Amino acid sequence: MTGAVLLRAENIARRFGSVVALRSADLEVRAGEVHALMGANGAGKSTLVKMLTGVLRPDAGRIVIRGTAHVFRSPAAARRAGLVSVYQDPALVPDLTVGDNMRLAGVAAAEVRRWMEQFGLGFVAPGAVVRELPLPLLRLIDLARALAAEPDILLLDEITAALPADLAAHVFAVARQWRARGRAVIFISHRLAEIAAICDRATVLRDGVSVGVVDPATGGEERIVSLMLGTSPQAAEARRPDHRAAGRPALEVKHLRAGELLRNVSFSLHPGEVLGVAALEGQGQAELFDCIAGLRRPDGGVILADGQEVRFRHPADAIGAGIVLVPADRVQALLPQRSVRENIALPLVRRLRDWGALPMRAEGARVAAAVRRLDIDTRAAAEVRRLSGGNQQKVVIARWLAHGFRTLLCFDPTRGIDIGTKRQIYALLRELAASGAAVLLFTSELPEIALACDRVVVLFGGRVVGEMPAAAADEPTLLRSAHGLTAAA
Amino acid sequence: MRRWLRERAIVVLVLLLVALVGGIAAVRPGTVTADWIANTLLFAAPLGLMAGGETLLLLTGGIDLSVASIATGAAYLLAANAAHGEMAALALGLGLGLLVGLLNGIGVAVFQVQPLVMTLGTGLMTEGVLVVYSQKIIANQPHVPQFVVALGSGRVFGVVPIDLFLWLPVAALLMLGLSRSGFGRLLYAVGDNPLACRMAGVRVWRVLVGAYAGCGLLAAVAGIVLVGTTNAADLSLANVYLLPAIAAAIIGGTSIFGGRGGYAGTIVGALILTVLDSLLTLLDAPEPVKQILYGAIILLLAAAYTRLTD
Repeated sequence: MTGAVLLRAENIARRFGSVVALRSADLEVRAGEVHALMGANGAGKSTLVKMLTGVLRPDAGRIVIRGTAHVFRSPAAARRAGLVSVYQDPALVPDLTVGDNMRLAGVAAAEVRRWMEQFGLGFVAPGAVVRELPLPLLRLIDLARALAAEPDILLLDEITAALPADLAAHVFAVARQWRARGRAVIFISHRLAEIAAICDRATVLRDGVSVGVVDPATGGEERIVSLMLGTSPQAAEARRPDHRAAGRPALEVKHLRAGELLRNVSFSLHPGEVLGVAALEGQGQAELFDCIAGLRRPDGGVILADGQEVRFRHPADAIGAGIVLVPADRVQALLPQRSVRENIALPLVRRLRDWGALPMRAEGARVAAAVRRLDIDTRAAAEVRRLSGGNQQKVVIARWLAHGFRTLLCFDPTRGIDIGTKRQIYALLRELAASGAAVLLFTSELPEIALACDRVVVLFGGRVVGEMPAAAADEPTLLRSAHGLTAAA
Repeated sequence: MRRWLRERAIVVLVLLLVALVGGIAAVRPGTVTADWIANTLLFAAPLGLMAGGETLLLLTGGIDLSVASIATGAAYLLAANAAHGEMAALALGLGLGLLVGLLNGIGVAVFQVQPLVMTLGTGLMTEGVLVVYSQKIIANQPHVPQFVVALGSGRVFGVVPIDLFLWLPVAALLMLGLSRSGFGRLLYAVGDNPLACRMAGVRVWRVLVGAYAGCGLLAAVAGIVLVGTTNAADLSLANVYLLPAIAAAIIGGTSIFGGRGGYAGTIVGALILTVLDSLLTLLDAPEPVKQILYGAIILLLAAAYTRLTD
């Protein structure tokens, strides 16, 4: 592991207008190592990556690769210097075929093919149109393309996020192989377990500064977290007593059915309770949430809100019944060019009777209260698109705090969010439940179920295959149940 | 500097307007008088009103190509029916604007027709109906009521154009409405991300129908002011205003992709276009050359502005 230094970035700084994204970031990557780059959302990770890959130019500092200082004017220049990156969103043209994309990138088709076969993707025809392939496969195809260029330094930016375990295993294998060949991998992920398993060292960024280099393997996880947060981490709160009130459920679903994926789902959710939904990709959970939120109409079954049967034709109907949704994709829910205030106040003007003069002062107070409660970073508040991912997600949640609700639906609210913000969001969900709200939470990260929920239902093939108290829902139990293997107790 | 300018892009526009006026004063000393300024404002009012409607739609990510036909139609209906009662004729003219606007809104919002296609279609239909109508009522010579002529060409104290007393309150209402009303908020929101609006419980189609109806009504008002200025209702009255109405909003910094902009910029945009027009007239250039210059300057302005604000 003590190889020569392949890449050294020194004192990199960059600002966007008045927002300082990077103050002074350092990164040293040696030959024969897998190096993790970590940091909370907004710490400057993405900005540093863009600089390393030639997307942005630094205001100050320098990047040295194999002893030569570089100023990359384009991603192509970075590629020529031996640094190739693969992102969470694959850089493939959706309307072209896989083969055309490879020609476009100018890489050897045979070499890409070889890697794809190694990933078990031999079945993907070169004539397949990219748009029609699922995202996880595209990430691996993009990875194969990057590998075909034989880069000295491979940069993997959150490509394991929401990637099924078998496909993620291929990514890890590639990282280990690159290390064994005396090259280097820069690995970015929010999953500490992955970092600990495959990375040799981790550089942690906080507020645009490199705050430390850690060996993640030997109990380094807590150290990474404390570096990222700038404080000593609090252990996940102790388990709370069961809040579940005995009375009428806030939300009840009976034999709900929609499309091919949602077959027959029933459960009830009480005020004061956080009910988890655990499921593998595509087991009907998306359809379930869409039906309850009024985004699509079920083909059968009944939804009851506070004991009343409801039929939602539009999300406005669900909101009127006190049921609100925080979707997985925050880009769907936000007005990117508008301010934090307008984004949070959006549902306050949803009804015709709110179309007149705005109660500016009352609105300002409500928005400010929600911003404070969620601790939203408002340095770039004029346009929501300039906020970090975690802060954007907080804005979506703040919207409903400002508006009010009885039942909160959260669909994978922490996808791609750093651990600090995650904990804030879970603490908030607990708080909301404690004050009498009902929360339905789907998360793709199974260990989080036990952290945030009181109870969990497991979906498989569009049906509920298990229900258990969250205390009993450790990861192995949930995984077995989510694969439809055992009937949970 | 750049940042300062970006946040105060309107300052740049006003400076440009002043420079153009200065240009005129330099080319033809003695031209820029109180009278000239009054005239410029008088001519800018119909354009500014029409561009106001267009601004509402651009904010939602839409556009209206029927505004010139609506303006012409409203003016013609008013003039043709003035004999039967001037107030009724006025209501008829404004009603036409509202009707075509509603049709546009329903087509775009409910039937999901592309705004360009929908408004091009209703514009052509309006023109066709108007031709048929004018042939039917040939016996009834159109005449523009006196109060409309006063509105479109009268002056208070011999200086202040009367149409300012209509334009200014409308402008104040638009600016206030865009920043301080729920409907105004939603125009920006729908233009920025309609899906987000739906998820937040907004019934997007209502916002769009409201915006198109408002644009139609403003176009009708503009047509009526215009016919008061020309004092002759013909069937090509407002044709030349279509592209300037859109250009005024774009020069004024309203994004054609929706979600960004406002009416203050549009007002300055309308004034710049009006001054530019009189500058080119003063230059005594042949009509084609004027058109080339006019087009080139609009392009330059729009490009410069986009670079500045993005």
